[in-house]
Amino acid sequence: MKAIKTGLSLLMLAGLTIVASQTAFAAEAAMMKLEISDGPAIKSIKKSLTGKTGDPAKGENMMANRKKGNCFACHVISSLAKKAAKNPKKYSDMGDIGPPLDGVAGRYTEGELRALLVNAKLAFPDTIMPGFYRTKGFTRVKGKFKGKTVLKAQEVEDILSLLVTFK
Amino acid sequence: MIRKTPELAERSNMRQLFKMVLAGCLAGSLMTGAAMAAADGKSEAVTPTSKDHPLEEIWSGYHFAKKGTKETQDNEFDNPGNLWLEQGMELWSKVDGDEKKSCQSCHNDAAKSMKGVGTRYPIFFPPWKKLINLEQRINLCRTKQMKAKAYKWKSNELLGLTIFVSRQSLGMPAAVVLDDKTKPFWEKGKAHYYKRRGQLDMSCAHCHQANYGKKIRSNTLTQGQANGFPTYRLKWGKPGSIQRRFKGCNKQVRAKPYKMGSDEYVNLEHYVRWRGQGLPIETPSVRP
Repeated sequence: MKAIKTGLSLLMLAGLTIVASQTAFAAEAAMMKLEISDGPAIKSIKKSLTGKTGDPAKGENMMANRKKGNCFACHVISSLAKKAAKNPKKYSDMGDIGPPLDGVAGRYTEGELRALLVNAKLAFPDTIMPGFYRTKGFTRVKGKFKGKTVLKAQEVEDILSLLVTFK
Repeated sequence: MIRKTPELAERSNMRQLFKMVLAGCLAGSLMTGAAMAAADGKSEAVTPTSKDHPLEEIWSGYHFAKKGTKETQDNEFDNPGNLWLEQGMELWSKVDGDEKKSCQSCHNDAAKSMKGVGTRYPIFFPPWKKLINLEQRINLCRTKQMKAKAYKWKSNELLGLTIFVSRQSLGMPAAVVLDDKTKPFWEKGKAHYYKRRGQLDMSCAHCHQANYGKKIRSNTLTQGQANGFPTYRLKWGKPGSIQRRFKGCNKQVRAKPYKMGSDEYVNLEHYVRWRGQGLPIETPSVRP
């Protein structure tokens, strides 16, 4: 069973290369049986990218980490900002480019949030937000990042597991 | 969704302040420090003159800098960029190369001959059938006229001379030429500006057009204007060219940068300077 899961993860890493075009995205995703469906406003990826649930504590680190999710670069999260006094380096300096993530789980379903993390451009074509789990459709990616996703599949799930608590 | 950020609030405050100060001046009041800061054009937005300009208001990076950074720039003795300015001034009259010439041998008094130069580069250069920027022009003078070695892009010499030459246009409005000759290169620069690139998949416009004035972590995004370049960047601990800054931006979005002085970046420089039309030349500015 474990081997199957590992195999599946590998397949996903290799094959779940979410591309810019929605059609190609849908086609590829269907191939991977990710069950992507149109939500009322945005796309939704209902199943975990890894088959596992995420770890919110790890997710919090991913959100703060400047080399990983770096969600704080653009989003304020009031509940986490309160920790800034204790650990200013990690929690302070939340940016205001994107909307605050307070209450984000009330605005989007889990599947929609997952799709937004994977590739927000599917919902908002002009957004500045990077797609955190795609490897194709890029221009001039710097050597060490070539062919790689910004986040690993499980890291997306870790962040998601924290996001869904922001009600 | 447009939220009123502190920066936006500050902007309108600054506008108010400027108007009040202007009114005060007209009424014959004494010039205050604030009035001097506003009257030099750095603290006030410029309205684009070109039709179809993408910005409603053009702001120098000065506007977005912290108070202390602005003060450092404005104080002649505190501005570390002035060390390079002085070096450039010395190099202007220094004989070098097989022709035993200096810049001065041909161009005499820089205050006269170089006035306005910093406002219009990059220009179309017929022998190359493409654009040439100021650093390239200086180096071409060295290799062709002086028979001296070209300076490296990040050398103190090239930075110093570029600052010195641009400085002769201090306060003059930026005005690169957009005509039949430069248009094709401007178009390429524009396409570059709006092209998403790198693993983070952002274009210049995502930060510097759609989100200027907002915070990305602790940094305030500017319009990415070039009127202060070469700028003394606190992060670099020395001045740097706009070409170097382009590389840095590209790396930040995890894109493979182009070389300084590449056609891509010189075209981009022309386009970016066009976006900053009317902004006063500020070099050496001080930026975070």
